[in-house]
Amino acid sequence: MSDDVVAPVDTAAPATHEPPARDITDGGPEMVQFLDAEGNRVPVTEANSAYAEFIQDVDGEELRALYRDLVLVRRVDAEGHALQRQGELGLWPSLLGQEAAQVGAGRAMRAQDYAFPGYREHGVAWCKGVDPVNLLGMFRGVNHGGWDSNENNFHLYTIVIGNQMLHAAGYALGVQKDGLVGSGDADRDTAVMAFTGDGGTAQGDYNEALVFASVAHSPVVFFVQNNHWAISEPNEKQFVIPPYQRARGFGIPGVRVDGNDVLATLAVTRAALDRARSGQGPTLIEAFTYRMGAHTTSDDPTKYRIAAEVDIWKKKDPIDRLRKHLVAQGLADDEWLAELEAEADELALRIRTACQQMPNPPHEDMFENVYVDPHPLVERERDEFVAYQASFEED
Amino acid sequence: MASAPQKMTIAKALNAGMRAAMEADPKVVLLGEDIGKLGGVFRITEGLQKDFGEDRVLDTPLAESGIMGTAVGLALRGYRPVVEIQFDGFVYPAFDQIISQVAKMHYRSQGHLKLPMVIRIPYGGGIGAVEHHSESNEAYFAHTAGLRVVTSSTPEDAYWMIQQAIASDDPVVFYEPKRRYHERGEVELGDSAPLALNDAVVRAEGSDLTLVTYGPMVKTALIAAQAAEAEGTSVEVVDLRSLSPLDRPTILDSVVKTGRAIVVHEAQTFLGMGAEVAALIQQEAFYHLEAPVLRVGGYNIPYPPSRHEEVFLPDIDRILDAVDRSLAY
Repeated sequence: MSDDVVAPVDTAAPATHEPPARDITDGGPEMVQFLDAEGNRVPVTEANSAYAEFIQDVDGEELRALYRDLVLVRRVDAEGHALQRQGELGLWPSLLGQEAAQVGAGRAMRAQDYAFPGYREHGVAWCKGVDPVNLLGMFRGVNHGGWDSNENNFHLYTIVIGNQMLHAAGYALGVQKDGLVGSGDADRDTAVMAFTGDGGTAQGDYNEALVFASVAHSPVVFFVQNNHWAISEPNEKQFVIPPYQRARGFGIPGVRVDGNDVLATLAVTRAALDRARSGQGPTLIEAFTYRMGAHTTSDDPTKYRIAAEVDIWKKKDPIDRLRKHLVAQGLADDEWLAELEAEADELALRIRTACQQMPNPPHEDMFENVYVDPHPLVERERDEFVAYQASFEED
Repeated sequence: MASAPQKMTIAKALNAGMRAAMEADPKVVLLGEDIGKLGGVFRITEGLQKDFGEDRVLDTPLAESGIMGTAVGLALRGYRPVVEIQFDGFVYPAFDQIISQVAKMHYRSQGHLKLPMVIRIPYGGGIGAVEHHSESNEAYFAHTAGLRVVTSSTPEDAYWMIQQAIASDDPVVFYEPKRRYHERGEVELGDSAPLALNDAVVRAEGSDLTLVTYGPMVKTALIAAQAAEAEGTSVEVVDLRSLSPLDRPTILDSVVKTGRAIVVHEAQTFLGMGAEVAALIQQEAFYHLEAPVLRVGGYNIPYPPSRHEEVFLPDIDRILDAVDRSLAY
């Protein structure tokens, strides 16, 4: 392992700016990992020792459940991608490669914990119980979010990068005011999670959210999925010091976790959420992972990144490594894996059918819910629109 | 229970209105820079932190987008945040949150989520301030669907409208005419507001011409109307109060009666509120008009250094000049 992924800042360095040397495939010695790429349990290290207790209770059944989540979430994503290619969706942001980061984080959350996602968090949505079909509406253009955020404590997707980080900080402030922190009651104490990517860490709102949450000591966990690419721009265009190290500058702990290791992600997120719920304030988690596909179905990653990089990350696949582990432990055999594949096929078929059958909303619905209280202009324009449309029907 | 009207300034009326709202609803929280011990740079929140505690009146880090975004989160959690933007020209760092999130959350959640928040902005010029402290940027927000935009021109309106804005389940951008903060007037501290938040009001009756205006310009327009009266012209003054939505009936009734209209505001006239009101009048009252609808407002330049503001801001002479031009048709 390299000493660090980023060269220390040398104030005496010449003015010519060279991008810091990096090994984007190696998270460095501080990265928490429990399952290596071959599916072997990583022995105790300085980095992971504090987190081992948080996955002590993960038994064979739970490991299998995590594996099921990873497989089904990947299938949801693949189906979304296919539906876009077939013209059923206008856009799809793939999470391929980031399943373990999201499932680990999502399964660490309790029902009362609230999640503020970006727009790629299909795996977190899955863990929070949002029907994957409901994720498709906004990408099909029938709505801007097809679920009630308060039903599953999973907020609507946020397209503007970083906006949701502040919403999480504010929501967590509300949780504090409600007195739902530090009571010791596991079903009562509440935390908030905010999700963004490495690109999001450059945004003002991200940085302001860290300031607000740290100053107020709010129960929020910031979860950065460092997937190494912000559309076509690599990490070094976003930051010089990686997010987990920058957390210190905000006065909160930062931890880098192997985002392709579902056990490690589960452990560090559980620890951070416990910390938040017990009133010890925010934590920043940097999940070191990789976006295997395009940013969305609208871009072409072959224009900006080399295939060799992708090939390296293919060998770190989050699903392969857990399967290898399960098989080695005698927790999964061909029959069980085949059953799971069949379940994934069924899920995909259900999503496909529901997507194709999703009705277009009546056009006059676009005037609904602009305001809570009546707004004369919106009402007037709706009436004019309805009358105008009706004039065609009479012809 | 009606009580005797009290004389107070707009500043005190806003303070009393917020106090009443905070007493009525424990979910009302105030957020902003310097609003706690200092009571805000204009002292509008004076004494509120002392009486309601740091849990209800929060001094925030100095970051406007941060204030707005955390207020969104608080509102989602069931609170009713009232945000103070220290000066009009400081709202821009929060513009993204207001336009992209505050205005649209109810819509994109298909009605599942509400953002009952108030964004208080002291606005307008005439106080000899340095740059970024004298702007009238109401058109940006009035242009944005999902926001309600209001402004009060009297202590009575200030007292009631701030309470109505806080009680509204929609986000409200609340413009406070900063150079009128210390104008005194009578406030009826009754049980309910005399006017709905949406309503415009006729501040002076007249028959020859209508001045449509709002906020800090209402007083200027009323003085201009008196001056016109002395010269034999009967001028009606309509105070819009609500910039989004507009109270169309009140505007149109007045113009139908007088046949002439001039819109007066401090903001630059290009694409300003006056353009919308003028378009409304010519579209809906064309056959009643004796003259084109005129506008008196700021010139299409950034708000100038304060040594120019006396001529940049509409004054009585510019309004009377427009009255003469209208009557000449």
